[in-house]
Amino acid sequence: MASPESAVNGPTMTAGAASKSLRNAFGGVIAFIILVLIGVLAFSIRLFSVIKYESVIHEFDPYFNYRVTQFLSKNGIYDFWNWFDDRTWYPLGRVIGGTVYPGLTLTAGTIWKVVNSLNIPLSVETVCVFTAPIFSAFASWAAYLLTKEVKGPGAGLTAAALLAMVPSYISRSVAGSYDNEAVAIFALVFTFYLYIKTLNTGSLFYATLNALAYFYMVCSWGGYTFIINLIPMHVLLCIVTGRYSSRLYIAYAPLVVLGTLLASLVPVVGFNAVLTSEHFASFLVFIIIHVVALAYYIKGILSPKMFKVAVTLVVSVGLAVCCAVIAILIAVVASSPTKGWSGRSLTLLDPTYASKYIPIIASVSEHQPPTWPSYFMDINVLAFLVPAGIIACFMPLTDSSSFVILYIVTSVYFSGVMVRLMLVLAPAACILSGIALSEAFNVLTRSIKNRKKEKENVEKKPTPSKTEKRLLVLPLEASVIAVLLLVLLGAFYVVFSVQVHCVWAAAEAYSAPSIVLTSHSNDGGLHVFDDFREAYSWLSHNTDVDDKVASWWDYGYQTTAMANRTVLVDNNTWNNTHIATVGTAMSSPEKQAWEIFHSLDVKYVLVVFGGVVGYPSDDINKFLWMVRIGGGVFPHIKEPDYLRDGQYRIDAQATPTMLNCLMYKLSYFRSDFIPIHKTDGKGFDRVRRTEIGKKHFKLTHFEEVFTTHHWMVRIYKLKPQRNRIRGKTKKSKSSRSVSSKRDVRGKRNPWH
Amino acid sequence: MGRSSTVKETQALFQSLRSAYAATPNNLKIIDVFVGFAVLTAIIQVVYMAVVGSFPFNSFLSGVLSCIGTAVLAVCLRIQVNKDNKEFKDVAPERAFADFILCNLVLHLVIMNFMG
Repeated sequence: MASPESAVNGPTMTAGAASKSLRNAFGGVIAFIILVLIGVLAFSIRLFSVIKYESVIHEFDPYFNYRVTQFLSKNGIYDFWNWFDDRTWYPLGRVIGGTVYPGLTLTAGTIWKVVNSLNIPLSVETVCVFTAPIFSAFASWAAYLLTKEVKGPGAGLTAAALLAMVPSYISRSVAGSYDNEAVAIFALVFTFYLYIKTLNTGSLFYATLNALAYFYMVCSWGGYTFIINLIPMHVLLCIVTGRYSSRLYIAYAPLVVLGTLLASLVPVVGFNAVLTSEHFASFLVFIIIHVVALAYYIKGILSPKMFKVAVTLVVSVGLAVCCAVIAILIAVVASSPTKGWSGRSLTLLDPTYASKYIPIIASVSEHQPPTWPSYFMDINVLAFLVPAGIIACFMPLTDSSSFVILYIVTSVYFSGVMVRLMLVLAPAACILSGIALSEAFNVLTRSIKNRKKEKENVEKKPTPSKTEKRLLVLPLEASVIAVLLLVLLGAFYVVFSVQVHCVWAAAEAYSAPSIVLTSHSNDGGLHVFDDFREAYSWLSHNTDVDDKVASWWDYGYQTTAMANRTVLVDNNTWNNTHIATVGTAMSSPEKQAWEIFHSLDVKYVLVVFGGVVGYPSDDINKFLWMVRIGGGVFPHIKEPDYLRDGQYRIDAQATPTMLNCLMYKLSYFRSDFIPIHKTDGKGFDRVRRTEIGKKHFKLTHFEEVFTTHHWMVRIYKLKPQRNRIRGKTKKSKSSRSVSSKRDVRGKRNPWH
Repeated sequence: MGRSSTVKETQALFQSLRSAYAATPNNLKIIDVFVGFAVLTAIIQVVYMAVVGSFPFNSFLSGVLSCIGTAVLAVCLRIQVNKDNKEFKDVAPERAFADFILCNLVLHLVIMNFMG
C-alpha cells in the first residue's frame, strides 16, 4: 500500500520543490516591484503643496532648521558645531551647537554635498523641501522590514502600503515641512526593526547596527526617550512572562551600553543620558536582566535540589541588599524637585502638569489632547483594524509580536495626551492593520486551497487525523468563495476610501504652507495672501542689519530666517523670563512698554492682525497667553484685569486695562479708516465679529512704518526720546541726545 | 540544629557549584576570566572616582562604560560559542568572534571620541 504512493510521490516531490523555489523567486521579484511602487507613492502623495503653491518651506520651526542648514552648507561642520547665534534671544544669544538636534540638518547637508559633488546643481532650499518625502519612502520600507520580521512578507507589504498613505504621517512630512519628525519616524521604525531582528536571530552584528540606528534616532528627535523606555519595558515583559532567552540578553545588554555612550555623544543630550530619570528604566532593567541571566546559568549547571538551596540563600541575602540600594536610589531621586524628569516628560506622564506649572508648554496647540474626530481624520479605517491586528498577534504569541502589542498600547496612551504624538501612533497602527489584513487573507485563501485538496483527498483513502483539521475550514465551503470575494471587494473599497481620504487629506488639509494663505473669491478665483513674506522682505530692505525686532515668539524663526534681523524671542522658548518680558511689554500701557523695549535696544515691533481679512491666528487671539505668561513672572500683570466678567472682549465693554494695552493699540491703530471694507469709521473686527471699543486714538510712543496689503502684519518703530520735557525739569533746557538716560523721565520701573 | 543544616547545605551548594563549573571547557573559562578582569577594572575606576571626584565626568563615564561594555560583549560571545546552547548550533564560532570584534571596534571608537 505504501510503495505505490511513495512511487507516485517521488517525482512529484522534486517537481514540487523546483516549482516552489521558482514560486519563491517570482514572489521575491513581485515584492521588490511592489516596494518600489510603495516608495513612489509615499513620495508623490506628499508633493501637493509644491504643485499647489511653490517649493517653499512651511510653518515656523522648519525655517529655523533651514537657516541652520544654510549655515552648515556655507561654513562647514566645525563652525556649525561651535556656532553661537547672536541674532536671536537678544541680548542673550543662543548656543546652537549645544541645543539643536543635529540629525536632520546633518542629513540634509550631507545629501546637498553629495548631490553637488556629482554636479547636480540643487540648491539647499530644494534639498530641504524634498528631504521629508524621501525619508517617508524610506520609512515605508523600514515598516515592511519590521512587519516581515513579525509576521511575514505579506503583512510587511500591507503595512508598508498603509504607512505610505496614512494622513497622520503625511501631515508632518509633506514637501516643505522640514522638521525633525521627517527623519525621526524613519529612524524610529528602523531601530525597532533592527531590535526585532536581533531578538529573532541573536546575532551581535545586528545588535551593533541597532545601537547605530538608535544613535541616529537620538541625533534626530527628542522623542528618542520613547525608544529607550519601550525596549526595557518589553524586556521586562519577556522576563516576567517566562520568555527569557539568551537572544534577549544579546539584543538588550549591548544596546544599553553602546546606546548610552552614543547618546552622550550628542551635545544636546550630553550627560542627561546618565543623569535624568528618562534613562533610569534602561539601567534598572539592565541590572535585572543580568540577575536573571545569572539565575538561569546557575540553574543550568546545578541539580534541582541544590538550586533550591541556592535560591533560599540568595533571596534572604539579596533582599536586604536590594532594600538598601532602593532606599538610596529613592532618596537621590526624590531630592530633586521634578524627580529627575524633564518638563516635557512630566507633561506626558501627568497631563495636567503643564497647565499648572509651565504655561508655555500648555499654550502650544500641538500639545493639547486630541479629540475623537482627529483619530478618524488621522488614521482613518486603521482605527478599526488595530484591534483585529492585536488578536492576530496573539496567534501565536512570539517575542516580536509581544513587542508590537506593547508598542501600540503605549503609543495609544501617549497620543491621547498630546495630539502631536499621533505621529508615533501612525507606524504602530499601520503595522497592526497590515498584520490583520494579511492574516484575514491568509485564512480565507487557505480555506479555498484546502477545499480543493479536500476534493482530491475524498477520492483517496482519507487519513483520520488530517480530515479532523481540514473539517474546521470546510463548513464554510459553499460560502468561502463568496466570503473571499466579499473581502476582496471590501479591501478594494477600504483601499479606495482610504486612498481617497488620504489623498484628500494630503491635498486639502495638510498641504498648506501657512506662510502663504489662500481663499476662494466669489467667482471661484483663488486669492493669495502673501502678507508674511511681504513684511519680512520690507524689513530686510528697509531696516539696518543690526536693528532688533520685537514680536511674539511664534514669528521669531521666520524673522531671523527670512528678514535676517535680530529678534528678542523665538520658537525655541528656552527662556521663560525673556518671553514673559515681551508678554509684559505687550500687555502694558504705551509708556511702560516703550521703556521695556527701549531697555532691550528694540527698534521695531511686529504685530500680526487678522481683523481685516478674518485670519483667526493673530496676536489678539493669542493675547491672553501673553498675559498669562507675563503674569507668571511679573505679578503686576493680572489676567482678571483684562477680562470683563470672565470674558475676553475687545469691544466697548472691554476693561480699561485692555483698551490701553500696547497690543490693542498696535493692532487697531487706524483700523477705523480701512478703505477695503468701506466701514465708514466703524472699526469692525472680522475675527472677533464686533466693533472695537476704542477708536480714533493716536500713538504717543510708537509710529507706524509699514502695514501689509491685507493689514495682516503691522510694523511699528519706537519713537526716539523727546529732547525737551515740558513741565518736569524746567532748568535743564539743553538738548539731549537720543540715547539720554531714562531716569530723567522719573517714572516707576516695572522691573523693580 | 537548623542552623548547622543550613550551613551544611550552603557548603554542599558551593561544592556542587565548584564541581559543575570545573566541568566547563577551557575556552569558556578564558572568556570568564576576561569578563572578571573587565568588571574588576570598572570597580577600580569607580573607587578611584569616589576618592578623587568625578571631574571630568566624560572621561569617567567613558572609562567605566568601556569596561562594562567589553564585559557585556564577552558574555555575548560566550553565549554564542557555548556548545550547550541549542539556539546557536548553526552559528560558527568564527562568525561569533567576528561579530564580537566588530562590536568592540564600534564601542572603542565611540569611547575614543567621548573621552575628551
